[in-house]
Amino acid sequence: MSLLEISDLTVDFDTEDGLVQAVRDISLTLDEGEILALCGESGCGKSVTAMSVPRLLPPDTTRLSGSVKLDGRELTTLPESQMRQVRGKEVSVVFQEPMTSLNPSFTVGYQISEVLRRHEGLSRQAAGRRAVELLELVGIPAPQRRMKEYPHQLSGGMRQRVMIAIAVACSPRVLIADEPTTALDVTIQAGVLDVFRDLRDRLGTAIILITHDLGVVADIADRAVVMYAGRAVEQAPVTELFANPRHPYTLGLMNALPSAAVNGRLAEIPGMVPSPLSDPDECAFQARCPRAQADCRLSRPSLERHAPEHLAACFHPGGKS
Amino acid sequence: MTETLAVPAPVSARRGRMWRRFRRRPMPMAGLVLVVAFLLLALIGPLVTGDPAQQDYLATLAPPSGAHPMGTDDLGRDAFARIAHGAQVSLQAGVLSMLLAMVVGIPIGLVAGFYRRWLDPIVMRLVDVTLAFPFLVFAVGLAAIIGPSLKGVVIALGFAQLPAIIRITRGEVLAIREMDYVAAAIADGAGDGHIIFRYVLPNCASPLIVQATVAIPTAIIGESTLSFLGLGVQPPTPSWGVMLTTAQQYLSDAPWLAIWPGLMIALATLGFNLLGDGLRDVLDPRSAR
Amino acid sequence: MILRIDNLVKHYGPVRAVDGLSLEIGQGEVLGLVGESGSGKSTVGKCVLRLTEPTAGAIELDGRDITHLSRRAMRPLRRDVHMVFQDPYSSLNPRFTIGQIVGEPLLRHKVADRRTVSGRVSAMLEKVGLRQEMASRYPHELSGGQRQRVGLARALILEPRLVVADEPVSALDVSVQASVLNLITDLQRDMGFSCLFITHDLSVVEFLADRVAVMYLGKIVESGPTAEIFAEPRHPYTQALLSAAPVADPVRQRDRRRIVLGGDVPSPVDPPAGCRFHTRCPLAYDACRTEEPPLHDPRGNGHPAACHLVTADRVPDAAAHR
Repeated sequence: MSLLEISDLTVDFDTEDGLVQAVRDISLTLDEGEILALCGESGCGKSVTAMSVPRLLPPDTTRLSGSVKLDGRELTTLPESQMRQVRGKEVSVVFQEPMTSLNPSFTVGYQISEVLRRHEGLSRQAAGRRAVELLELVGIPAPQRRMKEYPHQLSGGMRQRVMIAIAVACSPRVLIADEPTTALDVTIQAGVLDVFRDLRDRLGTAIILITHDLGVVADIADRAVVMYAGRAVEQAPVTELFANPRHPYTLGLMNALPSAAVNGRLAEIPGMVPSPLSDPDECAFQARCPRAQADCRLSRPSLERHAPEHLAACFHPGGKS
Repeated sequence: MTETLAVPAPVSARRGRMWRRFRRRPMPMAGLVLVVAFLLLALIGPLVTGDPAQQDYLATLAPPSGAHPMGTDDLGRDAFARIAHGAQVSLQAGVLSMLLAMVVGIPIGLVAGFYRRWLDPIVMRLVDVTLAFPFLVFAVGLAAIIGPSLKGVVIALGFAQLPAIIRITRGEVLAIREMDYVAAAIADGAGDGHIIFRYVLPNCASPLIVQATVAIPTAIIGESTLSFLGLGVQPPTPSWGVMLTTAQQYLSDAPWLAIWPGLMIALATLGFNLLGDGLRDVLDPRSAR
Repeated sequence: MILRIDNLVKHYGPVRAVDGLSLEIGQGEVLGLVGESGSGKSTVGKCVLRLTEPTAGAIELDGRDITHLSRRAMRPLRRDVHMVFQDPYSSLNPRFTIGQIVGEPLLRHKVADRRTVSGRVSAMLEKVGLRQEMASRYPHELSGGQRQRVGLARALILEPRLVVADEPVSALDVSVQASVLNLITDLQRDMGFSCLFITHDLSVVEFLADRVAVMYLGKIVESGPTAEIFAEPRHPYTQALLSAAPVADPVRQRDRRRIVLGGDVPSPVDPPAGCRFHTRCPLAYDACRTEEPPLHDPRGNGHPAACHLVTADRVPDAAAHR
């Protein structure tokens, strides 16, 4: 059994314009010590999928169905009081914006200690000692001194490390990182990605990494799920995915990167993402797909296994079989 | 990553969407109903009711009846007619003082915000001084100079609203100045006047519309207060404030004389405030997007 | 030379955003100005457009010194230099239609009148790949990629000689970014404008720039032809930057020698003495802490670097140091 099992997850949002279909029938698993990347472009549903696990979606407008099991325990139906115990202690989250996720009025040390005292019931001294260890763990130099500093005294990269320290304070089983390095410079990003790698290696934390950056996926993830218009279109171990992309969208994303230019031109993906307000029974990518044929408009391809661990939702998959 | 799905919609559809957003909320809709009722009372009421100055000594302090739906006052004047005419006075005071504050305040706010470096500090200190000046003292002084009248009320109330208008306009201008489209206009060689009127002003319209709906009820209360104190509209002109002054003396004999104008002031104010809140929700781009 | 910047300095109060920067852009040349946040790269662009007043130094546009021209004197020159902004949402006036936005420069510089403007706008929209009907739409009805195309159309409609593009594709998704980058390349080739392309993304620069200048804390640390810079980066910072950007290939990426820089970018309020990069440089030695290395080109092949360790027969290797 996997540590985390999401099956047939579907999420809709009630909006002024109607029901927005954010996520459709996503099923995925996460093992202990695994780094799973959820990738795709804005609006593909990658964040919504991940935030369904700690139930951090706005409760009054979200309609969720399907199942999310952590260690066999169903989270979607858990009472809110118990869910609060799960959040932070078993599943924790690192957000994109290190500027706004820390409380500016309290020291870094206080904010980390507070989590430890609340969830683990540690004494003030014990929490302080543990906080220093955590800052050391996320690679913050001179942690004793940093403890007494306020968020505005830290750089973006350091703040993100503090956020990670808070997120892993209670040794969560699952860490969800939502574009954790997108707001950071590349030279800082490399260090922060190393922190995630290190957490996985040393604590065995399972990590869901939400990112639009295929470079980051290639760097750190073990497995990746590519999402498009609310659905998973491809899922594979990372080396396999990059060596042998099956879904035309995955291939399109890879070829659209500036580094993949051929004769001074980039491969474009023509057209636009379909509206999330409707969901016709066809392949959502067919209108933009170079391989599209008549059958792609007649029904929706389901996620099929093409190699032992390689799934793709396409009637005309590419790659070597 | 800011690429979002484009759901193309023409402008009319956008307006329609704003109306849909608005209509769904019960409180703003209630506000709209109250405001429309108030406008009808002020604009059409005086045409259908009798003369508010018509005295009937045979029916003084009469309770509500078929002939006098809201009763009569100490001089036998029809309370409903006076309420309707009073609504007109309230509407005039509210709208005119709001317009006065807007006409004077918006240009000052625009210029202060746009020429932040040298004009802004001066204007903002003046605004602080204005805010520190007690409104009633100003109103008393004004009444002493030009005599208690609707004109005095409008000037006093307009003046009282001025700091808020200046501040809101200036705040918006400061934010809009930093937008890249303003930089683009400067880079293109646009002059200040063009930037202020074509780029800045249209983009700070929404919060000002909201402020206008909030300014009117404040002025309605202000007018009643000043008239109640004898600094505003003078009898026999009917005003809700004046009616309350009279009603004090007959509170136990004819409580309706106080209840009607009090209720009217409360409902009209509530209506505008609810409407303003609703407009804020709909027009504020932060909540709209 | 279309643009020549000589020893430009721009301080915002105590912040030394740009601190002595020189560069040149030739006719029809695309210069990629690369740097991380706080390097001052955007300030350079703003100075060129005179959106901010330079503190010192000189900016020459087509041989004419514009550093201290008045707004009025600057106005006719604005036909020749335009800007494309990063944020597709804040760079278009929400109260104007697309047609008004794109047509405005034509009317302002009296290149077209009310009757002829719409024809010119349609032609320009077509050039940037937007349908004519878009002219009557408002910005909020467009996607981010479409808005960036409108921004390009506005910048190019007067056929300027220089375009300053500040991170024009950074806010876009990869697939949209690809089409906008292709478009910029095509337009540049057709119209022949020079371009100061400001970005943090090395792969974008490698794709479209003829030459690259790398900025760190308000100064250029290295510049040269794009292929040269990517093949043989000389400055340890450039080397670190190149090695830090992950490549989308797990096999290569996991096998690369990476230079992970320690510490943070120092504050531009109080830049380090000596070489500004010495606080993070794995190769720094005593001289780096006291003596500021000039931008020098010991091999004389148009590829200068500001590093003591760069000599005629030696290039430092930051990855070799652990």
